[in-house]
Amino acid sequence: MKLVTAIIKPFKLDDVRDSLAEVGVQGVTVTEVKGFGRQKGHTELYRGAEYVVDFLPKVKIEVAIDEKMLDKVVEAITKAARTGKIGDGKIFVYDLEQVFRIRTGETGKEAL
Amino acid sequence: MKTQSIVATFLAGAFAVLMLAMPMLVSADTTPAAPAATAAAPAAAAPAAAPAPVPNKGDTTWMLISTALVIMMTIPGLALFYGGLVRTKNMLSVLTQVFVIFCLISVLWAIYGYSMAFGTPGGSLNSFIGGFGKAFLKGVTPDSVVETFSKGVVIPELVFMVFQLTFAAITTALVVGGFAERIKFSSLLVFSVLWFTFSYLPMAHMVWFWGGPSAYGDPAGFVFSKGALDFAGGTVVHINAGMAALMGAIVIGKRVGYPKTAMPPHSLTMTMIGASLLWVGWFGFNAGSNLEATGTAVLAMVNTTLATAAAALSWMFAEWLFKGKPSLLGATSGAVAGLVAVTPAAGFAGPMGAIVLGLVVGLVCLWSVSVLKKMFGYDDTLDVFGVHAIGGIVGAIGTGIVVSPALGGTGVFDYATGKVAEFSMSAQVISQLWGVGTAIVWSGVVSFVLFKVIDMVMGLRVSEEAEREGLDIAEHGEKAYNP
Repeated sequence: MKLVTAIIKPFKLDDVRDSLAEVGVQGVTVTEVKGFGRQKGHTELYRGAEYVVDFLPKVKIEVAIDEKMLDKVVEAITKAARTGKIGDGKIFVYDLEQVFRIRTGETGKEAL
Repeated sequence: MKTQSIVATFLAGAFAVLMLAMPMLVSADTTPAAPAATAAAPAAAAPAAAPAPVPNKGDTTWMLISTALVIMMTIPGLALFYGGLVRTKNMLSVLTQVFVIFCLISVLWAIYGYSMAFGTPGGSLNSFIGGFGKAFLKGVTPDSVVETFSKGVVIPELVFMVFQLTFAAITTALVVGGFAERIKFSSLLVFSVLWFTFSYLPMAHMVWFWGGPSAYGDPAGFVFSKGALDFAGGTVVHINAGMAALMGAIVIGKRVGYPKTAMPPHSLTMTMIGASLLWVGWFGFNAGSNLEATGTAVLAMVNTTLATAAAALSWMFAEWLFKGKPSLLGATSGAVAGLVAVTPAAGFAGPMGAIVLGLVVGLVCLWSVSVLKKMFGYDDTLDVFGVHAIGGIVGAIGTGIVVSPALGGTGVFDYATGKVAEFSMSAQVISQLWGVGTAIVWSGVVSFVLFKVIDMVMGLRVSEEAEREGLDIAEHGEKAYNP
């Protein structure tokens, strides 16, 4: 089992959700986050005070999947989230040790 | 616990002073009844032989409306304008400070403020401060009247009193912007009472106290006697409050993290609403200062609109040119700077003079908040000095220029001859400088001393921990916004 974490541009969230559903993903967790990468931030000016804002708003998506689906999922996210401009984000893949479904007590792939 | 005992001592002290003062004032007033009555006469009555003038209903109505408009400037106008500019964690503290100062000064104005500023001459000290003859609004009734700026025209004294109350209240509330986000609420209240007493009342008396058109030769306030023009309070309100804010910012020190930490305004929406309420309320402030619903009141309203719009544009375009983007905060700050500058000139400038005054003050105030402030490094949180004192100085000196009949101004009316006097710009500008200088020195010295004394006695500043947490929770136990 794998845990796929993707950091994407906020306005791409709906596209990514749709393309994940197409490849059969059953559920995702979404968090609003801030961070910096190679994309530059912006400057805000309030009267005389100038502030450089370099933590930009992004969306983090977490998907737990069977490793057989990994390539399809990564491709789905990449295709939907790409604009070709700097700041499109990153995808991280982890090994997932165990999963439990709280309602039924199922474990492992049954619980995905 | 410590704060509670301070508050208790403060309340007990205030109560004791009141109780002691009351019999003294009443007896002081009953013994020399005759002189007190004649002394009050210049401002309050017409010549004995002529039939007593009766207030015009239109004038009275306009003054009632103007008074309500100026109240709206403070609460919620100024409170929202200021509140939007601070961080979320201090929003409620600023709203509370402005609201409570308005209430505090209102009560003090009726108890002794009106009497000491306008009500009665102050004997040998009359150049600087009035007397206690009308303390507790003694003799101020629905039937008593005061003369306006036209001979033989009167309005009810009560409406004049409450109109002037709103000026005292907004001026004291303006000061909080200088040291917002770090002052102790209890110390702020003590400061407000003392500053109102020792800075606002003398300034108002010095600039505005005179015998009225029917007794223009009577002893007047110090600045008034110098011939300085101040239609609606450029010196009394704006330079006065701006200097106090600067002294406060210096004595209390910078906010924790200033200027490295980002401290952006938490809601420019609120600030825009506040600035707009200030603008509309300012029609009461400036056009109401005419005390009559005449053509001059209309002129004041027109000038207040034009100077404000011009200053908003000049600030915004200058920022666009030099900093790359036109900002809402720039436009609203410019508008307030324009309102400040046109205040002393409202009934004296011509409309084109008002536009020029606005264009100039927008640029000067942008410079003062971005260059001057950085040069000296003080942390005037909401730029009360940069906008109100600097804008007030531009307006006060500018009044001496735009009043010129050659530039479309009204000229200076001479009550002795009953017509507009011959105009000398250099003489008028020198008169204006007397007003500016007096306000800077008086308010600067009084405010500095008061802040130092209060700092030594009870401390001005909240703890660093409280400052980081925000004054909303630390000082008031509430939050402005609960999700």
